[in-house]
Order: sequence, then structure tokens, then C-alpha cells
Amino acid sequence: MERLSEHQMECMIATMLKVGVSLAAALVVAGSLLLLHQGHGGLPDYTHFHSEPASLRSPVAITLGAMHFKARSVIQFGLLVLIATPVARVAFCAGGFLRQRNGLYVAISSVVLMVLLYSLTKGAH
Amino acid sequence: MNVVAFGGLLFLTSVVAGLLGALTGLGGGVVIVPVLTLVFKVDIRYAIGASLVSVIATSSGAAVAYVREGLSNIRIGMFLEVATTLGALLGAYLTSRLPGSWIAIVFGLVLLYSALVSIRGHDVHAVATTPGPLAAKLQLTGCYPEGGEMKKYAAERVPLGFGIMFGAGTLSGLLGIGSGAVKVLAMDNAMKLPFKVSTTTSNFMIGVTAAASAGVYLARGYVDPLIATPVMLGVLCGALIGTKMLVKSKPVTLRKLFGYVIILVGAEMIYNGIRGRL
Repeated sequence: MERLSEHQMECMIATMLKVGVSLAAALVVAGSLLLLHQGHGGLPDYTHFHSEPASLRSPVAITLGAMHFKARSVIQFGLLVLIATPVARVAFCAGGFLRQRNGLYVAISSVVLMVLLYSLTKGAH
Repeated sequence: MNVVAFGGLLFLTSVVAGLLGALTGLGGGVVIVPVLTLVFKVDIRYAIGASLVSVIATSSGAAVAYVREGLSNIRIGMFLEVATTLGALLGAYLTSRLPGSWIAIVFGLVLLYSALVSIRGHDVHAVATTPGPLAAKLQLTGCYPEGGEMKKYAAERVPLGFGIMFGAGTLSGLLGIGSGAVKVLAMDNAMKLPFKVSTTTSNFMIGVTAAASAGVYLARGYVDPLIATPVMLGVLCGALIGTKMLVKSKPVTLRKLFGYVIILVGAEMIYNGIRGRL
């Protein structure tokens, strides 16, 4: 397999980040319009912290809600895409280092990736 | 206030925060959290949740420009991200354990530090061109374009830089900010990397660091869609405008002026924290 140059890798990362942020922004805007259309039931009290409902806290629940076009879930799904963008960036770099046959940095990227996935899946514990 | 007015006002405030954050290099988070808590009276946990999300957006958005110019160092960034992401997990854990008033006090102290760094500017230091044994083993070297030619550089004092980065990650996870000032401290002052490489690599790392605590914030319900939406979109717009303006001019006066404002805001956060009002 052809070796990936540093510059090619950088350009691909840049494109990936751009796509991720744009997609997230579009989803968040779409969710907001949906919210205004569906009705939102007034402004909650934000002066005291009372957490979010379970449906807006786990990646699986958020995705399920977004598939049913629930406005708040669509927004939250957009934010999830945003959070996933740097995670995808790290995964991509790991792949790039693999193609460069740079074992040390494949290992280092994998450690970062595992910390990120741990946070997303087991974050509450 | 109804939802549309609240969102609109938050959006406009966030545009200004993002613009100032980009022009001064302090980042949008240091402005938006105090504004949300002190002006909008939002609980500090919702404020840092929304701020952290906006930090990921601006970091990834701005990285597009820097990465293409070949200024940030992917290997150094990735190596130090081991420290920042672990620190971010610790920070996010601490956020759920510490009372809001403590978080406000730490936030105020970080604001004071960031403002002082911003006012003072940075010292120009010599850059090593040949790596020491540890930097060579970890491949913490690179070259960057300066004055039409490619200049080589290598990282020094790697363990110290790694340690400071862990601290930067902890602050990022605790306060929902990018903590770019501390990241630059680690790379510019400790590891003696060229300043341009430090700032752009720091920006590049901010998104990954923030993503590590964002998972915890999301699971704990700190990320509210109605607050995070206008803040994320506003800060992103402001930051993109600010980055474009930066290409044309270097606003030294604005940076200093804004630094003094941030000192006042930091003092206000500490005062309110001690009085237990946040």
C-alpha cells in the first residue's frame, strides 16, 4: 500500500473536521426549527441544576429519539456528531500512522481513542 | 423571557464572546461561562456544558485553516493528548463532586492567569533543532514554514510538558474551557517549541481534550439543548469572523484592553464563589 505523506494526512484531517462541524451545525439548526414548530412548552428554570432527562443523556437514547424526529433529541444528536468529530479525527490519525508503519504512534493514538470511547460509553460511572 | 428571545439573546452574546475569544487568543469559553452565570443567572453546570460544546466546534473549525498551513504538529499533539484526555476525565469527575462555588473560584483564578499571559505577551526563546534522547525516541520533532524556508525544531523537557498538559486537561474538564493558555505554557515555555507551532497545535488538541470530558458532561445532563444550541452556533460564528479578521491585523490594543476586562470578570467570579452565590 502506498505510504501516506504527512501533508496528505493533514489535508484529509482538515476536510474531515470541516464536514463534522458543518453536519453538526446543520442538525442543531434543523432541531431548533423543529422545536419551534412542535412547540417547546416555555423556558425551563436554569438557575438551579436539575440534570437532563435520561432520553437526552445517552448516545443510544439520543439516536433513538432523533430517529423519531423529537426536536430536542435531534439537537442533542447534532451535538453528539460534534463530540464524535475529534474522536473520528483520532481514529483517522491512527489509520494514517498505520499506513506510515509508525508502530509507536499507532499505539499512542489507540490509547487516546480508548480514553475517548471510555468517556462516551461509561462517562457517568 | 420566552424561548425565542432567550435563544436570540444568547446567540448574539455568544457571537461577541467567540469574536473576542478568537481576536485575543483566549477562546470563547472564558467569556461565555461568566456571562451565562453572572448575567443570565444560569447554573454553572449548564454553563460549562454549553461552553465545552462550543469549544469543540471552534477548535475543529479553526484547525481546518492551521492544519492545511502545516503549522500544527500531529505527532506532538497526539502524544500530549494522552495527558490532556486523561486529565479531562479527572476534571469532569471533579466537576460532579465539587460544589458550584468552588468551580467558580477555580474558574476565576484561571481567568486571572489567562488574562495576565495575554497582557504580558510571550517571550521569544531559542528553539532546539536536534532532539534529546527522549524527544528522539518519541519522534517529537518537526519543521515549520517561517520567512519562506522550512525550519527544524525539537521538543525539550518532555516530562514537564506532559505533566503540565495533564493539568491543562484537568482544568478543561473541570471548567468546560479549552484552557489554551495552559496548553501553550506547556509547549512554549516548558518544551520550548516555536510559538506558532505551540498555539496551533494547542488549538488542534483542544477539540480532542474537550471531547474526552464532553461524554461525561452529556451523561450527567450538563448539556442542555436550549442553551448549548445558541452558544455553540454563536461562538462558532464569532470565532470564524475573528479568525478571518486576524489574518489582516494583530489587535494588540484590543488584546490588552480585553485582558483587563477579563481580570475584572475573574475577580467577580471569585467574589461570587466565595459568597456562595453561584
